[in-house]
Amino acid sequence: MTEIAEEPGQLEAQKEYRELLTFFLAGEEYGVDILRVQEIKGWDSVTNIPNTPEYIRGVINIRGSIVPIIDMRLRFNLEKKDYDATTVVIVLNVVREGKADRTMGVVVDAVSDVYNVPIDDVKASPDFGTAVDTEFVTGLATIDSKMIIVLDIDHMLNAAELAVIDKMAE
Amino acid sequence: MPIDLEQFHESFYEESFEGLDVMESGLLELEQGEVDLENINTIFRSAHSIKGGSGTFGFTAVAEFTHDMETLLDEMRNGERQVTEPIVETLLGCVDVLRNMLHAIKDKSEIDEQGVAQMTSALKAHLGGAEESVPAVAEDAVVTSAKGWLVSFKPYPGIMQTGNDTVRLLRELSELADETEVFVNNDLLPSLNEINPEQCYQSWNINLIGGDVSEDDINEVFAWVDDECELSISALAVEEDYIGPEKRKNNRREEISEKRAVERRRSAKTTESSSIRVNISKVDELINMVGELVITQSMLSQFDEGDDFTEVHFDRLKDGLAQLESHTRELQESVMRIRMMPISFAFQRFPRLVHDLSSQFGKKIELIMTGEATELDKTVLEKIGDPLVHLVRNSLDHGIESPEVRINSGKSETGVIELKAFHQGGNIVIQIKDDGAGLNKNKILEKAKENGLITHDERLSDEQVYDLIFRPGFSTADVVSDVSGRGVGMDVVRRNIRELGGAVEVSSTPGEGSVFTIRLPLTLAILDGQLVGIGNETYILPVISIIESLQVKAENINAVAGNAEVYRLREEYIPIVRLYQIFGIEPKSTELESGLLVVVEAEGKKIAIYVDDLLGQQQVVIKSLETNFKKIEGLSGATILGDGTVALIIDIAGLIELYQKDMAGGVVPIKGGGIAA
Repeated sequence: MTEIAEEPGQLEAQKEYRELLTFFLAGEEYGVDILRVQEIKGWDSVTNIPNTPEYIRGVINIRGSIVPIIDMRLRFNLEKKDYDATTVVIVLNVVREGKADRTMGVVVDAVSDVYNVPIDDVKASPDFGTAVDTEFVTGLATIDSKMIIVLDIDHMLNAAELAVIDKMAE
Repeated sequence: MPIDLEQFHESFYEESFEGLDVMESGLLELEQGEVDLENINTIFRSAHSIKGGSGTFGFTAVAEFTHDMETLLDEMRNGERQVTEPIVETLLGCVDVLRNMLHAIKDKSEIDEQGVAQMTSALKAHLGGAEESVPAVAEDAVVTSAKGWLVSFKPYPGIMQTGNDTVRLLRELSELADETEVFVNNDLLPSLNEINPEQCYQSWNINLIGGDVSEDDINEVFAWVDDECELSISALAVEEDYIGPEKRKNNRREEISEKRAVERRRSAKTTESSSIRVNISKVDELINMVGELVITQSMLSQFDEGDDFTEVHFDRLKDGLAQLESHTRELQESVMRIRMMPISFAFQRFPRLVHDLSSQFGKKIELIMTGEATELDKTVLEKIGDPLVHLVRNSLDHGIESPEVRINSGKSETGVIELKAFHQGGNIVIQIKDDGAGLNKNKILEKAKENGLITHDERLSDEQVYDLIFRPGFSTADVVSDVSGRGVGMDVVRRNIRELGGAVEVSSTPGEGSVFTIRLPLTLAILDGQLVGIGNETYILPVISIIESLQVKAENINAVAGNAEVYRLREEYIPIVRLYQIFGIEPKSTELESGLLVVVEAEGKKIAIYVDDLLGQQQVVIKSLETNFKKIEGLSGATILGDGTVALIIDIAGLIELYQKDMAGGVVPIKGGGIAA
């Protein structure tokens, strides 16, 4: 975990490229900065947390820390899908401004690949109707004529928490 | 190779703050008229180490400031100066300033130059020989607005025997500046026939005005006589800020609350890497335990060798595992003990606080502290400080009456505040007791009605009335002072204590005083848990809150107003909380008779939690949900069970609140002691 936290320095050094881990969600391919990925696990049972939105599936134990698991399909109001053999939990390191980093897991349909993408090739996303709110999209990258939506996980997962608070306040 | 001094800073700060605490308590003793040479020595030594340390690390401002304090203390130590109240006041003020300076340096923020300058001049007012000569200098300083320096030069009598000439020094000094004003102090000059011509009896205050003089220039002049005289140099411009010790004393008190706010801001800002000092015996104990563990491990590893595993081996394996278990537990306990610190760390600030506040309020107060050696977890200790301060201030402000009132009501003029810490059934109890007027029930009720906390016709027991003071937005102080009475406070106190998994209660007897009782868990890291099953989920109830568990008898269930249920248990009606409803879980059964009720209590309120099953008790390590997620109402955290799954720990007080919210409309107010049937 600490190793990952230290990586951004390295990122700085090789500025031109950025490695993305991509995954599938409802037929679209999304990418996250691989340096933020702590591990990938198969889906396992979770402990439910009462009075939280449905997309917060619960918490699991990852080597002694309590890690919340968020279902990405539910988070973005996509059609529900039963978890199957390819369903995985991507455990991510989420950076918060002014606070300690957090570890959170996201449930996705399947992992796809790792790509080395030139940073300049990540284009700003046009305001169009992807399933995921453009607010959480850093940009779009094209690899082998495929489009990959690069996610801003910090914004997305910190906002996920805000949504909980909003709901509780109602 | 240059040594990186940064690495030592942390311990310097720590030692310095400890030193300041020592100085403070020493000075407070002095103030109470106990002039004890050993005490003065202790204070002096603390000041000296801070000076030395800060000099080494290049914190010149601190070093210079401490130097003046040290000079004054040195005179006190040598009996050259009487220990008077103004001096002690000044020194206490210096301790504050010094603490602020160190904090500022630590946080790499701005030093409060003005405060430092004020204290420096107050110190100088005491120093520099006779007191009366000093105000004159100060006046002069105010008149002279030009930039310059005030040099106070007080040679030791023997200075001339070392071949130094004071006249030469003065001449050299006068060459530095455009204009020089010299005030000689002849007070120590004996009559002519007693004069020893080889001794120096005079001291000088020199104003250097104009010219481009740096402090170093001045220091250079005195470089050779550094250890032969008392020398202090201060910028003249700041002398305009000169405020007499009396006036400053008042200022300081007015600043107290402000300062606290600053301190709070500071602590919020820094996420410090804190360290603790551990008694070496605790560490030795740990090393022993680890040694035992290694032996057990090597014993168990024997089974790894050879394939023939017979029954004999099996017994030994069982023994080994039993040993491993006991060692693990002991190791865990020893490690926990490292985190334990005596509560005196939280108590030590109170003598000073009471001293300052009692004179501010014009009250006479004696502070009695007992059980200071009671140990509790460092985290708890750090967080209990503020609530305690608040409660003590509250007792001081609202509890203890003014001396006149006390005499009129036949009490002794001096009020007593008692701070007590002790263990009780796996909990730490801290009591703040005063012998003041006690809580005024009618006033509380009046205020509560005014603020809409209760309706006009509610009938409440004494406990319930007293409990109102912990509600947000409640204050009965007739005059809002800067110390307390702003209506924020008691609710914050309760919230803070609750965050620590504790509870606070108040009891009071009119005319005799009030007692605030805080109960805290020994540690935040481990909890005795009762595992309960609800549907497919496992939850954990803190054993400490459980009163009893019982099987439901249908005839004891009463429904109140249709939807709220209460259970009659020995002449007491206890609301039934169906956990599955509140937490939205699919239960095994909704029939009360097929499950169990666990009666729990928090803050004097009881509820009966309906669960499917009791699953057993075990010690659980508390993990925070907030680290990676957020606080969830009704839960105090989570833990990891033996099978690696996560179980959530229920926060009883929070659950009661959730339940009350659920029942909004207030069908069953949960009663304090319970009502007789």
